[in-house]
Amino acid sequence: MNGALRFADPKRARALADAIGTLAPTEPFKIVHVCGTHEMAITRGGLRSFLPETVDLLEGPGCPVCVTPAADIDAAVAIAQIGAIVCTFGDMMRVPGSRQSLDEARAEGHDVRTVLSAADAVDVARRADREVVFFAVGFETTAPMTAAVLLDDPPGNLSALVSHKQIPQAMAALLDLPDSRIGGYLAPGHVSTIIGTRAYEAWLGDRRIPTAVGGFEPLDILYAIALILRQHRDRSPKIENAYPRAVDADGNAAALRLINEVFESADTRWRGIGTIPASGYRLRASFAALDARERFSIELPPPRDEVPGCRCPDVLTARAVPSDCPLFSAECTPLTPVGPCMVGSEGACSIWFRYGGGRTLP
Amino acid sequence: MIEERVTSLHGAGGEVMGRLLAERVLPRFAHRSAGRIGLSALDDGGTVALPRGAELVVTTDSHVVKPVFFPGGDIGRLAAAGTINDLAVMGARPLALTFAAIIEEGFPIADLERILDSFATVLDEVDSAVACGDTKVMPPGEIDGIALNTTGLGAADRAISDAEARPGDRILVTGTIGDHGMALLAAREEFHLETTIESDVAAIWPMIETALRTGGVHAMKDPTRGGLAAALNEMARKSGFSLEIRESTIPIREDVGGLAEILGISPLEVANEGKAIVVVDPSHADAILGALKCHPLGRNAAIVGTVTEEYPGRVVLATEVGGRRFLDMPLGDPVPRIC
Amino acid sequence: MCLAAPARVIEVSEKTAVVDYGGVRTTARLDALPEEVSPGDYVLIHTGFAIRRLSPKDGEETLRLFDELTASLAAGEPPRRDGSAASLPTSDDRADRDEQPGS
Repeated sequence: MNGALRFADPKRARALADAIGTLAPTEPFKIVHVCGTHEMAITRGGLRSFLPETVDLLEGPGCPVCVTPAADIDAAVAIAQIGAIVCTFGDMMRVPGSRQSLDEARAEGHDVRTVLSAADAVDVARRADREVVFFAVGFETTAPMTAAVLLDDPPGNLSALVSHKQIPQAMAALLDLPDSRIGGYLAPGHVSTIIGTRAYEAWLGDRRIPTAVGGFEPLDILYAIALILRQHRDRSPKIENAYPRAVDADGNAAALRLINEVFESADTRWRGIGTIPASGYRLRASFAALDARERFSIELPPPRDEVPGCRCPDVLTARAVPSDCPLFSAECTPLTPVGPCMVGSEGACSIWFRYGGGRTLP
Repeated sequence: MIEERVTSLHGAGGEVMGRLLAERVLPRFAHRSAGRIGLSALDDGGTVALPRGAELVVTTDSHVVKPVFFPGGDIGRLAAAGTINDLAVMGARPLALTFAAIIEEGFPIADLERILDSFATVLDEVDSAVACGDTKVMPPGEIDGIALNTTGLGAADRAISDAEARPGDRILVTGTIGDHGMALLAAREEFHLETTIESDVAAIWPMIETALRTGGVHAMKDPTRGGLAAALNEMARKSGFSLEIRESTIPIREDVGGLAEILGISPLEVANEGKAIVVVDPSHADAILGALKCHPLGRNAAIVGTVTEEYPGRVVLATEVGGRRFLDMPLGDPVPRIC
Repeated sequence: MCLAAPARVIEVSEKTAVVDYGGVRTTARLDALPEEVSPGDYVLIHTGFAIRRLSPKDGEETLRLFDELTASLAAGEPPRRDGSAASLPTSDDRADRDEQPGS
């Protein structure tokens, strides 16, 4: 990491922690973030060590792989069973569908491959003599890449199984769930690079939830938390930009243009939450020819998102932490995952397991 | 000219194999002998002269690294250094290595010679010899290219285990962490990366010997598969004490750190092949650090932590920014994070 | 899904750039970047595409934000009343302030 853009100086961290201390609420206060990369930074950096007793910091639906509905995985599996090559991000492979995962489909002999980006799927298609389908998963940071590839004269044998989602809508939906008790939101930095801070106004503007858009360096996160707590103390909730070097009010016009040209909003199901209005992207009618759902006629099994005994839905809605689930670290580990939150590399359970079990050390 | 390749006759024990040994193998190894009956006798075994009063240390390793030739080394260098390093971190001077190869029919003989050269070069660095060997050839497809097995014999005044860390001890690493594992990841085609990161594969016995002469070494381990994180956890578990590590003191090359950012894989979880963890009595720590740094392989040596009693059996990481968390045993081969 | 690391631009072609992360080089696509980049600029890259141009000056500005916040809170600035905007500088305020004539 370039030194000038690394923000992890322990002296400043101590100063920000002291600042957070002066803003400590007297009652329990829950801050929710919605980005696996935030959880990774928080857990790996031991940042919860800096927070006062009354402040809890939880990951909500920040793992796109974890919130992909089983029905979409079933579609990908069905397409692989027809004989097409399915290209997917690595940690999607082992997420359970209603009947099986893509990894299990591969073990049965179907052609499922890991790619690092949408552009790689194009390379696969150019070299293949068969249909190739890109399983397009991810939030607004990743949707522009799928759009760019679909606009760039893709090979005739390529189509996309689109499962992209939009985060602000989910943040609003979470507030309406029973027992959510969300005090403040740490909004995702790079999603916001794309959509801009103004995008949150439409969904959170009238909800009066202290919100700060945060970056991913340890100091960025502590700074954003301080801003959230200050809004709470002052009873002046707003959408604050704590990551101005990478985020502005209007977002990335080029990326938004790509998204808007190819996608439109659609009511979409989030695993663990349910259907959230206008919270996903689907291909516009003009791109129907590139839609894998149009190109392949597939029969899907009855969809089943839940996995018995697994508390992923509570973890994904920030109403439980991984260690609240009786399966965590026992039957459910990254090597023997039960639910999506342990499979997805951005899932809270996976991150807690791999980076210290979620225990905050003094 | 047709490229010479290994055939099934090379493993058959007859004339063809005899010629392979005489013309390609022995000339590289026969200038050193570990005992009275050496490799050139091509007897059923070889003898190894043991220093009187020494503890005999033995170790074995199989090597199946892919690709066989990687940035900074190859399977031959890895086999020799790996086995010598296992002996070194037990506190043992390497006396002799065995060399067994299982080769796929069709393997280019030129590649085999390169591998043998690499192996021999490392042995020369530590004044050690091949005591005996074996060659097998498998039909195409029944083994992938080549696999090596090496057994090392070493002599220690008193062997040093990995289990004797004591509270108050200082924890040192002999150099930069994560180089080998990251070099191999970077070389994978599908990442489209251009880098000069090389494996650190090297025989560390001469460097370790200087540390041992200084005195005060309580435990050692080489952080190979599973990386520094795995090795530290094993040392913590076996000692029953806690290892407290300061993240900002762990030496990591800038390019290894950069690659770690891109792939989302920690340098602490990937293999090192030319490094050791040395746990020492606190009063000897500075002297040992100084001794290590005098050696070219140890120029980046650093004190990275202390043994405590706080969380028995666990490794605690004091993070760069000043937080604290457990550093746990990694699960397996890290897969790059995509997003 | 936010993994994006900052990289230095080495070389720019029509739609791609060669970028460097502390010595490791790779190629990134520029389709999703609204502005031009030149060698020496920094960019944030996500799954192989540049999404934002950064400047090392941003580093100093970021540290200034952190330091101003901690200084003012350490000085025990009293809480604001309900509904009023905080008088302490945040990035949003700074942007507004910079736009006002004569500031």
